[in-house]
Amino acid sequence: MAPSTSSAITLNINNKKYTLPVDHRTTLLDALREQLDLTGTKKGCDQGQCGACTVLVDGRRAVSCLQLAVAAEGREITTIEGVADGERLHPVQQAFLDLDGYQCGYCTPGQICSAIAVIEEHAAGWPSAVTDDVRSEAGPPPLTAEEIRERMSGNLCRCGAYVSIVQAVARAAGAQVPAEPDSGPPRSGAQGSGTGSDTEEVAA
Amino acid sequence: MKEFGYDRAHDVQGAVALLGGDPEARFLGGGTNLVDLMKAGVERPTRLVDVRELPLGRIEFSPEDGLRIGATVTNSELAAHPEVRRHYPALAQAVLAGASGQLRNMATVGGNLLQRTRCGYFTDLTKPCNKRTPGSGCPAIEGEHHNHAVLGASEHCVATHPSDMAVALTALDAVVAYESADGPGELPLSDLYLPVGDTPHLETALPAGALITAVTLPAAPVAATSRYRKVRERASYAFAIGSVAAALDVQGDVVRDVRLAFGAVASRPWRATTAERLLTGGPVSAEAFAAAADAELAAARPLPHNGYKVTLMRNLVVAVLTELAEEAAR
Repeated sequence: MAPSTSSAITLNINNKKYTLPVDHRTTLLDALREQLDLTGTKKGCDQGQCGACTVLVDGRRAVSCLQLAVAAEGREITTIEGVADGERLHPVQQAFLDLDGYQCGYCTPGQICSAIAVIEEHAAGWPSAVTDDVRSEAGPPPLTAEEIRERMSGNLCRCGAYVSIVQAVARAAGAQVPAEPDSGPPRSGAQGSGTGSDTEEVAA
Repeated sequence: MKEFGYDRAHDVQGAVALLGGDPEARFLGGGTNLVDLMKAGVERPTRLVDVRELPLGRIEFSPEDGLRIGATVTNSELAAHPEVRRHYPALAQAVLAGASGQLRNMATVGGNLLQRTRCGYFTDLTKPCNKRTPGSGCPAIEGEHHNHAVLGASEHCVATHPSDMAVALTALDAVVAYESADGPGELPLSDLYLPVGDTPHLETALPAGALITAVTLPAAPVAATSRYRKVRERASYAFAIGSVAAALDVQGDVVRDVRLAFGAVASRPWRATTAERLLTGGPVSAEAFAAAADAELAAARPLPHNGYKVTLMRNLVVAVLTELAEEAAR
């Protein structure tokens, strides 16, 4: 007997449950855009090479164009529509606005979702390909511009707004870190826990 | 894309039974390569068996037994693991050198080993390809092959294996554990990939319908002084044009132990056994490193546009072993 090629699934997106029928061929990206009207997530290459479709799956950034919707059932999905706290922008969104971290804006939702995860990955002590010493006893690497560029390399920007994007990620990362004692409280709405002075280097 | 059925497996034997040895069914891990190939029409499965929820997501380490990596561990989890970074730094570096943060979060260790070549002819249905359609020919040999194999290739296929992770695993004597309809089994990673010969479409020695369940690395103090270095055509997020995974133990001015593997030069990660034999017990010097690399690369048969790889690999070997010798002397 031929297997069924579609299913009724429930997706948990931005803390809301959506039940929908999907052809198994449907990617999470197409389900978001075409079936759920969550069009903030953008389709760029549709081949996992540009990062425009980046969303968070169980808190980790992923490209939704290579994620089958049926395989995303049971996982917590966060899209660009779900990163702000009500009317208050996420610190990464605010930093992109303040520092012009875009030109046309098409790659921006993916850039922002990716950057949110980059800051959390760095805070968790993850090394990168440009980290001098990956050994755990070497401690977390400072979040230099070189580290940000490497960690954000899965998000292409054809306008070439990279200089401002790096600055925006650095500022947002700094906002999550308790600053010098006399420089005021961390930015309101900051998430997660920082790792101390190691992000100050680029935030300064 | 062709329509397909979808099942989610919850235990290992159940996953193998669901696949049922059906040659038109595929296991789905992170999907970062398989889904892309399905969109291109290169892979046309009639059913997918999702293995992401199998209880194979753990990394275990002990100084006596070494490292055991569950097959569904993501590349990110592997590279971030403290014991991996401490005892096998070349493995963490190799994983971090591959793909992007998004893809490493999705891709699994088992799937990484079984990813397909990125040869442009393989993924272009309008072109012949002996790997995709046996007997149709290999246009790369007369065509675009600047990033194709220089070692172990044949007149039937010159594609390379794209994994960075597998190069480090090969240098560090990894063993692949699998489950098949006949029960569990093991294969040294160096035996997983079949020689190209005249059957480039036959890629691995896994039994039909088998599922990789884990990769193990033996305890190896030499691995604590190890390194992965990758050369590519842009600074990040590109496949290698050449890479080296190496581990080195020196005593005074003598090489006591060495592990060496090359990436992006063959249809599989290339363990440089000839070079290892020459280096072991020999002097710690750039001349000795270069002589060993030359001996290994004597088997190279470059095509008109990839001869640079022979020089590149020689220089990479000398650079990486020199850096490791300096590190070992500290």
